[in-house]
Amino acid sequence: MIRALLQRLLYMVLTLWLVSIVAYVVIQLPPGDYAEAYVTGKQQSGAAFSEDEVQNMRRMLGIDRPWYEQYLSWLGGIVLRGDFGYSFEWRRPVTEVIGERLPLTLMLAFLTLAFMYAVSLPIGIYSAVRQYSMTDHVFSLVGYIGLATPNFLLALALMYMAQQYFGQSAGGLFSPEFVEAPWSWARFWDLLAHLWIPVVVLGTAGTANLIRSMRALMLDELGKMYVVAARASGLSPMRLLLKYPVRMALNPIVATLGWRLTFVISGAPIIGVVMALPDTGPLFLHALLNQDMQLAGAMVFIYCGLTILGTFVSDLLLVLVDPRVKMA
Amino acid sequence: MVASVQPLPSRIKRPDVASQWQLMWWRFRRHHMAVLGMAMLAAFAFVAIFAEFLAPYDPAKRNPRYLAGAPTPVHFFDSQGSFHATPFVYARTAKRDPVTLRQVPAVDEGRQWPVRFFVRGDTYSFFGLFESDLHLFGTSDGFVHLFGTDHLGRDMFSRTMYATRVSLSVALVGVTVSFILGAIIGGVAGYFGGAIDMFVMRLIEFIRSVPTLPLWLALTAALPRDWTSLQIYVAVTTILGLLGWTHLARTVRSKLLALREEDFVIAAKLAGCTDARLIGRHLLPSFLSYLIVDLTISFPEVLLAETALSFLGLGLREPIESWGVLLYAAQNIRSIAHMPWLLIPGLFVIVSALAFNFVGDGMRDAADPYAK
Repeated sequence: MIRALLQRLLYMVLTLWLVSIVAYVVIQLPPGDYAEAYVTGKQQSGAAFSEDEVQNMRRMLGIDRPWYEQYLSWLGGIVLRGDFGYSFEWRRPVTEVIGERLPLTLMLAFLTLAFMYAVSLPIGIYSAVRQYSMTDHVFSLVGYIGLATPNFLLALALMYMAQQYFGQSAGGLFSPEFVEAPWSWARFWDLLAHLWIPVVVLGTAGTANLIRSMRALMLDELGKMYVVAARASGLSPMRLLLKYPVRMALNPIVATLGWRLTFVISGAPIIGVVMALPDTGPLFLHALLNQDMQLAGAMVFIYCGLTILGTFVSDLLLVLVDPRVKMA
Repeated sequence: MVASVQPLPSRIKRPDVASQWQLMWWRFRRHHMAVLGMAMLAAFAFVAIFAEFLAPYDPAKRNPRYLAGAPTPVHFFDSQGSFHATPFVYARTAKRDPVTLRQVPAVDEGRQWPVRFFVRGDTYSFFGLFESDLHLFGTSDGFVHLFGTDHLGRDMFSRTMYATRVSLSVALVGVTVSFILGAIIGGVAGYFGGAIDMFVMRLIEFIRSVPTLPLWLALTAALPRDWTSLQIYVAVTTILGLLGWTHLARTVRSKLLALREEDFVIAAKLAGCTDARLIGRHLLPSFLSYLIVDLTISFPEVLLAETALSFLGLGLREPIESWGVLLYAAQNIRSIAHMPWLLIPGLFVIVSALAFNFVGDGMRDAADPYAK
């Protein structure tokens, strides 16, 4: 058990290291460097720079060294000091800029995951037990549409409706009167009233997906002999359902938790942008559009790191749920 | 005496003599939604090919008399309730808003602009083959904007028709790139096995554990700013293809590994089949159907990814217009509140993704016609 755990940990560290390379490649991708861009910008407004000054600037920023040295110092900064570099756009350390907004992204991701499982498991079980019933058909149609609708369209449509019919201020996290207010129940309630839209939007495609897999898994289990045997021995239907087939069908569902998290994290930035949430989404997009690559690379690293962490957790959960799994 | 053998009527199904593809088709046909999806895809393909003909206007042409105008509905009955054989739209006249003093178009129910079919309009070059000015419909006097106009007065219906071509072609190219990559990489892994297989599988696992959208965004954002829109188009489709091959590679690999052990493969080997013949004649046909299923399923993925990228302004950009580029104008809630018709291209995205999903599901069931 301990050995298997260590193995998983090692694998996680290895993937994180690979991800750090990907993130660093992202940082280095745009042609030219910051000094060049800065000088070009200044020259357009009439300032003159000598080649020496540009070189000086490169040395100060540390971008005159070979790439592997830069990479090592970048990685070293993250590992040793939690320092993700410096955002030239915000003129502040990246860690600070992201730190303000990351909690909301995390909260959103976990709420969405909770929403996905809370909604899809009962529906999936119901659809399997009442296969080909009217409700089953309705749910599969809704599921199809949920899979085919781009997140941002759903967000726009919901925001439009929230504004037209509920008179709610669209976008953001709080109504205008609560933005600066201290925490109170009213403010908390206002937050919930705004938060449901991004959660629903982010969760819809995943929920549709999860309903389908839960339904298929349940259908597999329901046809098995042990279910027939349990039923023949007179167990009450509800108890039987929850105790055997559902319990069995849950294992693959838990095993894919990591993927679901990947899915949610992948969709989060675009929703943040569309709904103007004060989370990392707009930050990330803004950094990309302005090629503030230190910030963008750090974001890529964090997004990927989160999903890798999620996969690790789901591996652990699987062992708890299904003791037969010997973590090989 | 010669026995006269009556051939069986062709509508009688003979599963015992039917070819594999025939069996698949029969099975596919049982899926009504899949057949419906197929029909929808055919319609989309038709739009993509004949966009110039279907669009009444040049997509870049501005109508200065109808900026940010609402869709003009086509009527058969006028306000008095009498029927017209030629459909028509009500004329629009420019009125001055008493408060803002801006020119706003107003519906003039007194005058009608008839909508005719096969009218002459803006000239276009059909795939560079020939020039024409024939359009499916249009008006000789006034204008008709089925999906309204954007803030520059460009006809949204025409733009959507042209965007259909771009969106579908991006998906097609992206899927093709990932198909080639997936077939080669998966084939190599499955054929050689061992360390190579191990490495490829770890690579696939890694790519799949990375959230794709942020990575796509980062890659497209790094494209040089001074590239032409055509270069961007090529780059974006390639990037979409580069990250989408993992699923297919997995299918190819697992099928190859499973098939290697099959009796018919051993039989073919014993009969002295060359490797090339073994792969081309025996292995490939037996899992080609699975590949087609995977292709169909990855279509909506690429389509939605491109739409999302362009919507954020990091994918394609004007003058090359896809559905996502059109939706870029509908990015904030304010413009949607004023011009909800800007969201119409979104319906095209949803319907096409739905159609691909339906067809993919039908194909998945049909891919193995010998299953129970």
